Amino acid sequence: MVMVLNMDVKGLVEQLLKGDRKSAARLITLVENQPEKAHEVASLLLPHLGRAHVVGVTGIPGSGKSTLIDKLIKELRGRGKTVGVISIDVTSPFTGGALLGDRIRMQERSIDEGVFIRSMATRGSLGGVASATKDAVKILDAFGKDIILVETVGAGQIEVDIMKIADTVILVTQPGLGDDIQAIKAGIMEIGDIFVVNKADLSGVERAMGQLEAMLNLGRWAGEWKPAVIRTISQTGEGVPELLDIIFKHMDFLKNSGLLQERRRRRGEAELMDVIRERLTQSIVGGFRGKPEFETLVDKVARGKTDPYSAADLMLKSYLEKKKS
Amino acid sequence: MARALRDAGMEVVYTGIRQTPDQIVEAAIQEDVDVIGLSILSGAHMHLIPRIMELLREKRADVLVICGGITPKEDVSHLKEIGVREVFGPGARTDDIIKFIKNNVRAKGSS
Repeated sequence: MVMVLNMDVKGLVEQLLKGDRKSAARLITLVENQPEKAHEVASLLLPHLGRAHVVGVTGIPGSGKSTLIDKLIKELRGRGKTVGVISIDVTSPFTGGALLGDRIRMQERSIDEGVFIRSMATRGSLGGVASATKDAVKILDAFGKDIILVETVGAGQIEVDIMKIADTVILVTQPGLGDDIQAIKAGIMEIGDIFVVNKADLSGVERAMGQLEAMLNLGRWAGEWKPAVIRTISQTGEGVPELLDIIFKHMDFLKNSGLLQERRRRRGEAELMDVIRERLTQSIVGGFRGKPEFETLVDKVARGKTDPYSAADLMLKSYLEKKKS
Repeated sequence: MARALRDAGMEVVYTGIRQTPDQIVEAAIQEDVDVIGLSILSGAHMHLIPRIMELLREKRADVLVICGGITPKEDVSHLKEIGVREVFGPGARTDDIIKFIKNNVRAKGSS
């Protein structure tokens, strides 16, 4: 019917805009497997972007993020919103394989027409959140989803990178982790707009909430959004309507304060820099490997004959000189 | 099994047990998978799998379907008739399953 094999990017985007789920899925695969096609996808999607509100959900493993998202989807659907979900799991650096299991908690939702759930692996992405993830968010935005939830694993860089995608960042933790706050490292605290203490039926919830609030009070929030702290029990859905209220409140705040524009501009810059860096690396550094000049420098660095900084300067200088002539 | 496939370099979306045919097919479409691996544990699956194949055809999802588990001979031939590409018995080696998948999945993008 709608989808035929051999369909080109343009055809896929046309079908996507008509609401075809299979085209949405195929386009995500395309930007994942063939980054060289991402360019075409991005430019075709351009007139259809910026409508969705992107919510990043991150936090320590085992804190119940997927179950919380499942309940958020339910609540959002109840309020008439359509939802896209991208769940990111880590690729094994040894085998290149990945076990993507977040979907288990949300499977019931996936047959709902207003919901689209996709799992993605980090693959070789050095910057944490892969550029394919950014493109996948765009695809679901153009697909017409009102809210896009992006779930990332609590693994340092990826958590911080969620800022490059999300309008609102939710950090999920749970009580009773011993030194509760240590679980959320200082740098990561700064990226959260909303803090959730999940599994609030466990003991120590007051302590965890208190510690988070105390930590947040150290920041200066005058005139700005002071991150909210909220407790939930994702298993039962307790606190989820309140969480969604705060998400919407944050959305309004972003729009009314002008912060949304500011954040999106900062993201635009980060995105542009990422692509420039990627292209530069590919076109310049990609050609270094195997060149005698480069290999000699590698040997020298390895044997301690020169330091990597001097070697890099030499290599780049000679590249630029050759380029000029 | 999921772990073995991951260790073979594949991305495995695990949906959990007791999935309805609709859920399985929807997940396969949204995830744009190359292969659906079904585990047969009860006779009920002989009703569920034909439904899955039907839904896949209806939605024109071109996905390789394989099953594993204890399956009587006549069921195996029935499953293959309706489009299941291979049925692996309890004695099947993981290596063979991995090899089968690698040999039978067409490269994405060549479609």
